[in-house]
Amino acid sequence: MTTKTYQLETLTCPSCVVKIQTVLKRTNGVQEVEVLFNSSRVKVSFDEAVVDPETIKKTIENLGFKVIGEK
Amino acid sequence: MVKLTKKQRVLFSGILAIVSFILKNTIGQQLITSIVMIATAIVAGTPILKNAISALRYKILGIDALVSIAVIGAMFIGEYWEAAAVTFLFLFGEYLESKTLEKTRSSIKALLNLAPDVARVIRDGVEVVISPEEVIKGEIVVIKPGEKVSVDGTVIEGTAYLNQAAITGESIPVAKKIEDEVFSGTIIESGYLKVRADRVGEDTTFARILQMVEEAQDKKAKTQKFLEEFSKYYTPSIIILSLLLFFFTMDLVLSLTLLVIACPGALVISTPVSIVAGIGNGAKHGVLVKGGEVMEKLGKVKLLAFDKTGTLTMGKPKVNRVKTYSLKEDELLRIAAIGEAYSEHPLGKAIIEKAEKALGPITQKPEESEMLVGQGLKVVIEGKTIFIGNRKLFTENGVEIGEKEVFIRSEEEKGQTVVLVGDLAGIMGVISIADIVRADSKKLIANLKKLGIEKVVMLTGDNKRVAKAIASELGIDEYYGELLPEEKVQVLEELQQKYGMAAMVGDGVNDAPALAAADLGIAIGGAGTDVAMETADVVLMSDEIRKLSHAIGISRATVRNMKQNIYFALIVAGALLAGVLFKTVNLAFGMLVHELSVLLVVINAVRLLGYGDRGKSRKQVSI
Repeated sequence: MTTKTYQLETLTCPSCVVKIQTVLKRTNGVQEVEVLFNSSRVKVSFDEAVVDPETIKKTIENLGFKVIGEK
Repeated sequence: MVKLTKKQRVLFSGILAIVSFILKNTIGQQLITSIVMIATAIVAGTPILKNAISALRYKILGIDALVSIAVIGAMFIGEYWEAAAVTFLFLFGEYLESKTLEKTRSSIKALLNLAPDVARVIRDGVEVVISPEEVIKGEIVVIKPGEKVSVDGTVIEGTAYLNQAAITGESIPVAKKIEDEVFSGTIIESGYLKVRADRVGEDTTFARILQMVEEAQDKKAKTQKFLEEFSKYYTPSIIILSLLLFFFTMDLVLSLTLLVIACPGALVISTPVSIVAGIGNGAKHGVLVKGGEVMEKLGKVKLLAFDKTGTLTMGKPKVNRVKTYSLKEDELLRIAAIGEAYSEHPLGKAIIEKAEKALGPITQKPEESEMLVGQGLKVVIEGKTIFIGNRKLFTENGVEIGEKEVFIRSEEEKGQTVVLVGDLAGIMGVISIADIVRADSKKLIANLKKLGIEKVVMLTGDNKRVAKAIASELGIDEYYGELLPEEKVQVLEELQQKYGMAAMVGDGVNDAPALAAADLGIAIGGAGTDVAMETADVVLMSDEIRKLSHAIGISRATVRNMKQNIYFALIVAGALLAGVLFKTVNLAFGMLVHELSVLLVVINAVRLLGYGDRGKSRKQVSI
C-alpha cells in the first residue's frame, strides 16, 4: 500500500470534490481517496501492484484538474 | 477554436450576453438577436460541455452535464435567450466563486509566504548563501537587517530586534541577545545576529506550524460531515423527484430546471469556507486551531479549566521570605539549595537562585536524594537526613508541625507557596515562594466571561490556600488545589461529566496528560514546547495568555458564520425548489439566484478574516 498526495490547481467548486472522489474510488487498486478542498490536494492510498501513480495522475487530469505537484 | 483564458472567456461571453439582452429588448427576436444569443451560449458553454463529457467518460453525471443537457434542450426548442443566460451565469458564477474563495484562503497563503527562502551560513570561514533546507545542525548562520532567520537556534553573537509575527502573530519587535532563542521565519528589523542552528528545515517550529495549519484547514467539522451525509441522500432524491415530475407532467424543461437548480452548492460549501477563513484568521493572530471539529468545540465550550503555574502565572517563582527556627537564614538556604541540586521543580530552582544570589555559586551535591511525588525531597547532606517539601512529607515521616502551622497558614493565605525544611527532629525553617501572576490574566478572565464562558476553573498542584488567594484575585469561579498530575485528569473528567464539555488551558509542562485528556486541550507558549504543540488541539504560539480571548472569540464568530451560511443556503434551496415546482422560477433566473447564493456564502465567510483586526472591527473585545 502506497499513499500519495497530489497538489491540484486551486479547487473552486464543491462538486469537483465529489467528482474526483467518485472516479478515483472506482479505479482498480485504489483503496482510499481523500479530497482536501481547502488546500486543493488529493490524498490517495493505492496498491502499487495494481495501479501506478501515473495512471492516477492521468485520471485526475482527464477530469479537467491540472496536477501541479505530487509527493 | 481560439484558446481563451477563463477570464477572457467570462468577459467575452459577458459582452455577448449584454448585447443579446439589448437586442432582445430593442429590435426583438430577429435573426441577428438569435445569432448573438447562440454565440454567447457557445462561448460560455464550451468549457461546461467539455467538463461534462470528461466526467461522463467516467460515468459521472455532474452538474456540468445537467446544465449542458438543459442548454441543448433549450436550443432545440428555440429558447436561445435561456441558453445564453444560463451558460453565461454558470460560467460567471464559477469565476466569481473561485476569486472569492481565494480570498478565504489568503491568510493561510500569506503565512506560507513567510517561509524563509535563503540562509547565509559560515562554511570554512566564508559566508555562503544556500537554501534553508541545506543548513546542517550546529552550523553558524548569519542574519543581517531585513533578512529572515532561516533556522531555529541560539544567538552566539550580536543583538537585534526581531519581528516574530510569523510565529506569535505579534508584530511588535522583540529584543534578542546572546543565549536567546530565535525562530525560523522571524525577521530582523534592526541589528545583526550570529546564530547556532539547533533545528533546521522541517524540524523548525515555523515549518511545523505551517504543516499543522495546512492539515487543519481540511480536518472536517462535524457539521460538515453531517452535510456531506445529507448530500448523499439529497442529490439522488432530487433526481428521482425530477424523473417523477417528468413522468407525470411530460414537461422536460421543468424537470431539467429542477435538476439544475436543486444542486446543493451553497450548502456543501457553507462550512468549509467558514472554517478555512476562521483558521486563517487564527493563524494570522498566533492562534493555531487544529481543524474544523476543534473550531466547533472551541466555539461552543462553556467551561475552561486553567492550570495555574506557567499559565495564569509566569511560571517563574521567586523566594519572598525565609523564616528560620533553629539556624541562620543563610545556612537554611544553603542546605535547601544543596538538597534541590538535582531538582527540576520550579520551586527548587527558585530556592537555588535565591541561595546563589546570597552565597555565590553552590556546587555541593547531596550524598543521597530521593524524590517523593506530591511531597518533596528526602536527601542526605553531610551525613544528615533532611526533608524539603510540604506538610505531607513531614507528617508521613513522623515529624510534628505543631504551632508552626499558624505561620505557614498565614503565609499561604497571602498566596505564598511554602517549602518546609527540616530533619527528623523538627522543622528548621520555612521558605515562602510565590509566582508572579501574569499581567493580563485578570483581564482575560473578565473578557472570557463577556464572550460567554460560564465557568472558569483553576487546577493546581499548589496548596489550597494559595489556590484560593490567586483564584479570588483573578475572579476565578472554582479552584482545585493540591492535585497531582493524574488527579488533574480526574478532576477534569468530573467537570466534563458535569458540564458536558470542558477545555483545559495549560503550558504543557506538567499538565500534558490533562491537555490530552480534555475534550479540548489549549496550550499556551506553544512555540517553545514541542509536546504542548503536538498534543493540544489549540495552540497559542506566544505566551501571551490574552490571545485566548481571540481564540474563543474567533471560534464563536466562525460557528456563528457557519450557522448563518447553512440557514441561508437551506432557505434559498427551499425557496428555489418551491419556485420551480410552482413554475414561477425559470432556469436562467434560478441559475442566477443559485450562483448568487453560493457567492454570498463565500463573501460571508471572508468577513471572518478581518475579525479582531485592531480598530477595524467593532466586535473585538478590547484588551
